[in-house]
Amino acid sequence: METAPSFDFKKNIEKALSDAQLRKNLRSAMDILVAKRKTVFPDADMLERLRTKGNALKRNALIQLPRLLERLEANCTKNGIQVHWAETAPEANGIVLEILRRHDAAEVVKGKSMVSEEMHLNHFLAENGIDALETDLGEFIIQLNHETPSHIIVPAIHKNRDEVARIFCEKIPDTPYTENVEALTAIARKTLRARFARAKAGISGVNMAVAETGTLVLVENEGNGRMCTTVPEVHIAVMGIEKVVERLSDVPPLLRLLTGSATGQVITTYVNMITSPRKPGEKDGPKEVHLVLLDNGRSRILADPAFRETLLCIRCGTCLNHCPVYVRIGGHAYGHVYPGPIGKLLTPMMEGLSRAGELPAASSLCGACEAVCPVKIPIASLLRRLRHENVRENPNSVVEGSGVGKNLAETLVWKGWVLANLQPALNRLGVKGVSWMGDRLPRIGPLKEWTSVRTAPRFAGKTLHERIKEDEIVKSRNWDGKVKSSRCKARKF
Amino acid sequence: MNDTARERILSRLDAAGLAKERPGAVESPAPETWRREEKIRRLQSQMEAMRTEVHVVEADRWIDRLKAIVRKREWKEIVCGAGSVIATELQSAWEGGGDGLPKQVFYEERIESFKEYLFTVDAGVTSTVGAVADTGAVILWPTPAEPRTLSLVPPVHIALVDADQIFVSLDEAMQAQGWKDRMPANALLISGPSKTADIEFTLVFGVHGPKEMIVLIKT
Repeated sequence: METAPSFDFKKNIEKALSDAQLRKNLRSAMDILVAKRKTVFPDADMLERLRTKGNALKRNALIQLPRLLERLEANCTKNGIQVHWAETAPEANGIVLEILRRHDAAEVVKGKSMVSEEMHLNHFLAENGIDALETDLGEFIIQLNHETPSHIIVPAIHKNRDEVARIFCEKIPDTPYTENVEALTAIARKTLRARFARAKAGISGVNMAVAETGTLVLVENEGNGRMCTTVPEVHIAVMGIEKVVERLSDVPPLLRLLTGSATGQVITTYVNMITSPRKPGEKDGPKEVHLVLLDNGRSRILADPAFRETLLCIRCGTCLNHCPVYVRIGGHAYGHVYPGPIGKLLTPMMEGLSRAGELPAASSLCGACEAVCPVKIPIASLLRRLRHENVRENPNSVVEGSGVGKNLAETLVWKGWVLANLQPALNRLGVKGVSWMGDRLPRIGPLKEWTSVRTAPRFAGKTLHERIKEDEIVKSRNWDGKVKSSRCKARKF
Repeated sequence: MNDTARERILSRLDAAGLAKERPGAVESPAPETWRREEKIRRLQSQMEAMRTEVHVVEADRWIDRLKAIVRKREWKEIVCGAGSVIATELQSAWEGGGDGLPKQVFYEERIESFKEYLFTVDAGVTSTVGAVADTGAVILWPTPAEPRTLSLVPPVHIALVDADQIFVSLDEAMQAQGWKDRMPANALLISGPSKTADIEFTLVFGVHGPKEMIVLIKT
């Protein structure tokens, strides 16, 4: 089912780093998003309280997840929304296909949904003769160019206006070449309007689902989401199971965190709350609304008390915006659906360390992501934990492939390191060696790139321990006044 | 087939040991209280920042203001809900167009047959059930009289807000109006005309939703 080509992370990184245009686009885009977020949250104390609240609300939802999902299903069903459950992406695809076939829907319109990317839904539908047209402008652009999104929120951020102009001119019939952004947007509006009017079904994601009322909450700026969920006679919403919240009153603070973190807005153009299909007497709205709940490994991840915090994620994308790695390589280099810090957690957790074990290592653990995450996911600690799982076999791990990254060379190096620090004789030998050779190390080999741009420290002839002993600089004493021995206890690793 | 997936997902969740976690304390800051004038001012400034044209008018003069706005635009036809309060008020004041005014059309049919027309009309007029001042948005609860697409498809959306129905925050609106016990099929917050910045972060108004939004706040 998973037909992604083999993933050469190193090659992707090298390609991205040498693409000057990409790097320039990413730098300016991320700077803009970081600045917008700062502007929309001017009060640091208020933001901190809001983040704490967001974390608590989402955690409380996860703690009660099975009951909340049951409550969501009961309320949705009561209101006429049909709820379906899918353990895997193929199952979810099958459910969507069956609904579309029942309505003879050969053309559907789609709002932006990362879960649908997880499902590779568009590809699946195309294989089954159904044309799923992306209607979010960024998604529309990259779909025309047969690309995948490079960012969770702004999927075409890596594209310049001249690239968009060329794509529209080449791929949309009767379209002149123009780099004017207003004109390009008008072309998209005209093209998509015809499709909104005639599509038999609309597919969307869900930003949050309220268990208390059976309500699906969707946010957007363009109006394509409302078009997809209102005009066609069938609306199918796909959602990861972790997106459910308990109460309607949870929505305002989470909305504020989401829109502020994702696009630096106090509110999006539209907040669309759907509780039922068209009611008797109403003149519009879909006649059928379906909600597809997708697991795809989430229930497995939830069993681990540390990893489960990954599922607090509200998919705002701000960790990407603040990441020094993401800004240099862009979303495509990560080779999977979710890029950036959250992607480095989700991908190995969902797809296993055998496929994606390299991703958690692509981080300096600077913690910028953690500092801005609106729901306080401890991203850096979880990355470290995944690196640990990668090299240590853990039969109880919830993540596939634990220990797969273990290799003899690395194991020996670390064993040697431990030994050199535990055995005093070896330690003294090693230290002597460094003080003798250190200044004479040629700037070649694996350390060349690191040493060629730094001034090396000068190594002293004697260690601090030796000087202390010789000069009797410091004598430490026990509580009874007797001088302590100078041996230190070795720590067990 | 579906039941199996449901049972398996739920049983995995039940076995995940989630209930062992301590729930977090959820604190809510004391809500802001603004006076009516402040709420009107904030709503106007927030919406204007998002390119909405906002007019504050005396309640009994809103039709005159609407006529003035509409005459300037040289529209041919505008649409409002059939049997809505607005429609009744407008009908008596409009009297079938002429005098530089567009023809008034009523959204009487189902969307299936009305769709083609709706995608060509100049503007749509709706009422609102309130507005939110802190973020600058109007609240719509579409009804059989005023359908959802009335505020979505026409290129201009004109919305009428009652100044007494402006709330400080969405939270206050939800509580004051008892949303959780009576959610409509579709509830909407609208903060201005549709927009995007997907191409090089250049802000463009008028994407798939209305290109323009005009709000009349009736005091």
